[in-house]
Amino acid sequence: MSSQAWIAGGGVICGIGANLQQCLEAFRQMGTGMQEIQYLQTTHRGIFPVAEVKADNTALAAQAGMPAHLSRTALLSRIAAQEAWEAAGLGDISQYRVGFVSANTVGGMDKTEDFFTDYLQNPQQGGHLRQVMHHECGSVTELVADAMGIRHHVSTISTACSSGANALMYGARLIRNNMVDVVIAGGTDALTRFTLNGFNTLMILDQQPCRPLDDTRTGLNLGEGAGYVVLVSDALAARLPNGPWCRLSGYANANDAYHQTASSPEGTGNYLAMKGALTMSGLQPQDIGYINVHGTGTQNNDSSEGKAIERLFAPDYPPVSSTKSFTGHTLGASGGIEAVFSALAVQQGIIYPNARFTTPMKEWPVAPATVFSGGNRLDHVMSNSFGFAGNCSSLIFSKG
Amino acid sequence: MKIYIQGTGCVSPQQTAGAGPFLASIQEYEGNRLAAVEPDYKQWVEPNMLRRMGRAVKMGVAAARLSLQQAGITLPDAIITGTAYGCLQDTGVFLSKMVTGQEKALSPTAFIQSTHNTVSGQIGLLLSCHAYNNTFVHKGFSFESALLDSMMILQEGAVQQVLAGGVDEITDHSHTILSRFGLYKQEPVRNTSLLQSATHGTIAGEGAAFFVLGAAKSPQSIAQLAGLTTIYKPVSTEERDAAIQGFLATHGLRSADIDLLICGHNGNVEENDTYAQVAQTLFPQTTVAGFKHLCGEYPTATAFAAWMAAEILKQQQAPQDIILSGSAPEKLDRILIYNCYQGTHHSLILLSKP
Amino acid sequence: MADLKSQIIEQLNLQEVKPEDIGDDQPLFKDGLGLDSIDALELIVLLQQHYSIRLANPDQGPEIFYSVRTMATYITAQQKQPG
Repeated sequence: MSSQAWIAGGGVICGIGANLQQCLEAFRQMGTGMQEIQYLQTTHRGIFPVAEVKADNTALAAQAGMPAHLSRTALLSRIAAQEAWEAAGLGDISQYRVGFVSANTVGGMDKTEDFFTDYLQNPQQGGHLRQVMHHECGSVTELVADAMGIRHHVSTISTACSSGANALMYGARLIRNNMVDVVIAGGTDALTRFTLNGFNTLMILDQQPCRPLDDTRTGLNLGEGAGYVVLVSDALAARLPNGPWCRLSGYANANDAYHQTASSPEGTGNYLAMKGALTMSGLQPQDIGYINVHGTGTQNNDSSEGKAIERLFAPDYPPVSSTKSFTGHTLGASGGIEAVFSALAVQQGIIYPNARFTTPMKEWPVAPATVFSGGNRLDHVMSNSFGFAGNCSSLIFSKG
Repeated sequence: MKIYIQGTGCVSPQQTAGAGPFLASIQEYEGNRLAAVEPDYKQWVEPNMLRRMGRAVKMGVAAARLSLQQAGITLPDAIITGTAYGCLQDTGVFLSKMVTGQEKALSPTAFIQSTHNTVSGQIGLLLSCHAYNNTFVHKGFSFESALLDSMMILQEGAVQQVLAGGVDEITDHSHTILSRFGLYKQEPVRNTSLLQSATHGTIAGEGAAFFVLGAAKSPQSIAQLAGLTTIYKPVSTEERDAAIQGFLATHGLRSADIDLLICGHNGNVEENDTYAQVAQTLFPQTTVAGFKHLCGEYPTATAFAAWMAAEILKQQQAPQDIILSGSAPEKLDRILIYNCYQGTHHSLILLSKP
Repeated sequence: MADLKSQIIEQLNLQEVKPEDIGDDQPLFKDGLGLDSIDALELIVLLQQHYSIRLANPDQGPEIFYSVRTMATYITAQQKQPG
């Protein structure tokens, strides 16, 4: 029988903290990460609030132990992946068969943007090649894998906003198939002009702090960061000094197949992903103790997700919240970051708050949690990540 | 568990997307950039959707449709794409407009189409397929990861038919930038003599190849996808060789059991040494073939090689134009593809008779 | 309105449509010309680029972009408004 995939630890860097502990403190204090743009060089500064990681690349590079000229996406990735590895307490990484499965949406685009300014003026000589050397999504993954000494399996997934969740799924499969003993899985994305302008063309950026799951919502705020869990096999889980946080008991990926960017009104893909994850874990809807929802704050996303939750969970709903109301939408990182939050929720009985909630939505059957609480009895937590191109993924984390 | 290739589709710089016989005549090119021979996409896609698609998406959709057609199915249980560069055309359009227009008056279509999961997403949308949908974007392992994910989910038993493929496109921007990295040949070059070249550099290629992979053998079965592995940055040739031998041992094979070794020779004299070493030391008795003179060098070129290997097993004949050393194999039971992308990403794909 | 039709065709890359194929009162969306929500966003960009009209609220789209005539009427009205 194949091994299960256990969560041995996790690490996060995002707009509300440089590590998981700081993020938890921010949730307790209701300290959200949205501010005026400070680090990203863009003409949209002062217009759209974003949840940036509060450090420049020099400081991040020092923390990551990597050169400062590298993509911010790689720096963020290394910091969170290292924290995750240390949280697992497994010691020397070279002693294991390790995989690194990282997700991102635009690779080293932050540097490519700078390159293009000079390149377009003089394609044969303009711009430094160093700026585009790590443009590819996979390059960002390899910079971190190489820095950490990970060699047995490296892979990169890009399915827009569900990327990070799919990285956990693939990582779990690698463990179940005994290809590696440990996988660091999650996602990373730094804020770039490319994505900020892209989302702006879709007219779904809120000029105020976003209000997910709220009837007054008018769009999302972008964020940046990275989040990784350490997945281990049964054998390694039994040897963890502090025991595993929880188990990745179910996961599913489905496609909405409705529209390139918008969700179907009834949230077909969302429903199928949640239902598939429940089936895999052998659970009933009422077994879920908390849902960390996708909840971006756009009209369309939130109403579709609400409809899908209603269809699956009615009439009894678990507590729900969107941590994007704190971290902003970190795109390829969000599935990884929220997986860490959700796995920790199982271990410590945490229900995260949904910031700025005032007015219930017609399409959401239940009002979100608005205060932080720990020590709840949570046996199973669901984490949703839905994205462009209809990509929908749900993960379920379970006790023992 | 055995996994079968039930159908294939390929858009490449060769005449592979039409109905003609397998590689009957080789398309010849001058210069260091091959361009895919594109079929008429209107046979598969409504003009209203086609108008927004970049070439990577169109090539992917066409290859996917061809493979489904050959497998005789309309709805796969999973769609998995490998693409290292993603949708470069739309990325370049949006990026250029953003830079030159100082972030003003940008239009959404190029951004929407620029995301790496557009190929898998558009295939899902066209087929109204709500099933598992994933996209791997890991350099020279993109296609290999897509295949590995396919094999793992088939082994889990919940799905029966997976549509998996690899796709990458060249654009003017990407060709200019990659040329500046010194990837391509500077002197005049013909693809038909590429693999005999003794100079630095290769030629750029592009294309898409998709496969319907099934968990059960059927009359449609063309080949068996018997094994796959990736070797990331081995520290020495010994480690590489041990990994290759370990792969053969895992499948209960000796090197003499491989009837044809398809290698990633790309005309770059430095890289050709790697293939020559592996072929001579590990597979001394095996006939060696090349494929990048047909499709060019790109991160998901192994998808073309896998398409070619599947066709060879089906036809039970290897075209003379691909043989690099040894004589045309008398029997064709097993084909091993060995690729080493940019000296760092080694991969092995084993195909056998169904 | 002929100019506007050409601009629409260019902005939306309607490869097989000629200006004369679009009726002045033909609905642009759904069963008419078959446009969708992404096209609506493109039309907002068109207004901005060609007519310097900023449409801040996409909810106004369906009304303004109902047909070429409604678009033209809106553009004319906006151009008459000072500032």
